[in-house]
Amino acid sequence: MSRINNAAEAQPNLPESHSPLQTPVKPGFSSHKGKKRGPDPGNKGFFKRLSKQKALFLMSFPFVIWLLIFKYIPVAGWVMAFQDYKPQLGILEQEWVGFKHFKDLFNEPMFYRALENTLGMGILGLVFGTLSAIAFALLLNEVRFLTLKKWTQTISYLPHFVSWVIVANIVITMLSPEGIINNLLVGSGILDRPINFMAQPDMFWGIVTAADVWKETGWNAIIYLAAMAGVDPQLYEAAKVDGASRWRQMWHITLPSIRPVIIVLLILNIGNLINIGFEKQMLLGNNIVAEKALVIDLYALDYGIGMFRYSFGTAIGIFKSVISIILILICNGFAKRIGEGRVF
Amino acid sequence: MKKRKWTTFDIILTIFMLFIVVITLYPFLNILAISLNNAVDTAKGGIHIWPRDFTFANYQEIFGSNDRLLQAFFMSILRTVVGTITGIIASTMLAYVLSRRDFVFNGLVGFLLVLTMFVSGGLIPEYMLIRQLGLINDFGVYIWPMLISAFNVIIIRSFMDNLPTALEESAKMDGANDFVIFTRIIIPLCLPVIATIALFLAVMQWNSWFDTYLYARGSEALTTLQFELMKILDNANISSGDITSQNAEVIAGQTNPQSIKMAITIIATVPILMVYPFLQKYFVTGLTLGAVKS
Repeated sequence: MSRINNAAEAQPNLPESHSPLQTPVKPGFSSHKGKKRGPDPGNKGFFKRLSKQKALFLMSFPFVIWLLIFKYIPVAGWVMAFQDYKPQLGILEQEWVGFKHFKDLFNEPMFYRALENTLGMGILGLVFGTLSAIAFALLLNEVRFLTLKKWTQTISYLPHFVSWVIVANIVITMLSPEGIINNLLVGSGILDRPINFMAQPDMFWGIVTAADVWKETGWNAIIYLAAMAGVDPQLYEAAKVDGASRWRQMWHITLPSIRPVIIVLLILNIGNLINIGFEKQMLLGNNIVAEKALVIDLYALDYGIGMFRYSFGTAIGIFKSVISIILILICNGFAKRIGEGRVF
Repeated sequence: MKKRKWTTFDIILTIFMLFIVVITLYPFLNILAISLNNAVDTAKGGIHIWPRDFTFANYQEIFGSNDRLLQAFFMSILRTVVGTITGIIASTMLAYVLSRRDFVFNGLVGFLLVLTMFVSGGLIPEYMLIRQLGLINDFGVYIWPMLISAFNVIIIRSFMDNLPTALEESAKMDGANDFVIFTRIIIPLCLPVIATIALFLAVMQWNSWFDTYLYARGSEALTTLQFELMKILDNANISSGDITSQNAEVIAGQTNPQSIKMAITIIATVPILMVYPFLQKYFVTGLTLGAVKS
């Protein structure tokens, strides 16, 4: 899916297929084992069948064209990375330069800073995002008072549906020198005087991570809660008979039961470690913290579009895709080895 | 279930959950209070969840005297409506074709669609494409690139897979063609999943700002609420903390950019809150549907 479209997407950032307690398999249209729609294709001739399926053909044709234009032409655009692309020339009239742009990229100190920031915030987001969602799901699962449980959950995923622009505004307002966080810290004597959090480069990664946790914990917990709902109640009964406390039940029953879900989501998220996007960094960043806010996508945006170095920007994109694929393959192999089943 | 005695654990849990509720809701309430407070008074600080000097001036500024913000508001609505409708038509139609396993090109179309979830051209090639298609500063840039999402199509197709086939078969006996079956039989049966996807699409469209930033910055008419908010944020950020906005000149009297910013935030959040009860009801179903397949 494209980054640009993704940037503003409010839809779940969840993997395309996962069922609680069951290792997902790659969605494949041809290998579908479910109920078949329509009459049995039989052995009729191709053209005979096609002529009967004119309507289906016409219904899908425009969208195939759409897919080719909006999804596959950009992939074909990768050739730009091996050219000195000039927009006024045709794609075949361009000068071929081989790996020049990749060499330039690896010689740029800025690139390493962008990589460090991307992976830094990616890892922090992965660790704290996963931990907070699991912890929240575990605790919410233990709440006996159902009205409280329902309301807390409903409210907890509200921030997921508002845009990063709004969340950034909220974060900046709360963390401003006059904001509530400074008021509380000064009021309780932890700080002598308010600090301008948004102007502290060292705090930027932490602020981005905290904002992410605030926005997404409730949403990410949904999948874990769904998995927890599928745990056999008899297990808890047995544990109670054995005198296990609620903490012990959480630790020894609930958590191991949702282990497969945790592992699958971890693998998918590690594959996306480098695809953290740029929205948060772009909206929360400012000149003072720019050094810590520069992520790969912003770097590609600044150089590729801002400075018209299209080929260079494309090379950055290709580098990102390659890293992403390597990460997925490594994690997948690792999951296979520890016997949790593969994602693909 | 038997009534259980409340233990210390339950009490701690309840306090913790209330804490979560407070930290989630406080920022929204705080911003609402500031947006309803006199801007000069706000500057003195100390506004929490209740306005001290109540006024609608900030909203009047947006809806009354500021043409650009009003236009942005309508553009946000327009792109949400058009984007949702076109997206729904495209995804359901494609999902239906893919649910028909007897279609000769089923495998090919499915493959082309699913592959897009794993391969993407990246920022720059997409930018070049949009430019070459002449969609820069064109309303189409809000609609075309987001027309189909493989994830949505798969959710709808999974739903269709679980529909009873009897109705469809009897319609076929009566000689109805596939398009008629789709519009008369499949769509009415799919309304629950269509509602789910429509909500996803609407939220996505409403929340978009980056496409405006990248592709439609040059057009006054195409500005959206989210983008206007992003611009104010950007200006505020440069001076980090205190606002010396270029928008300041358009704002006079009892308002200031800080308060206007809060009012825009509220206006941009309210539609989400309005669809929230529906979202609530449907999206879990939608998510589970996506999971059930396989």
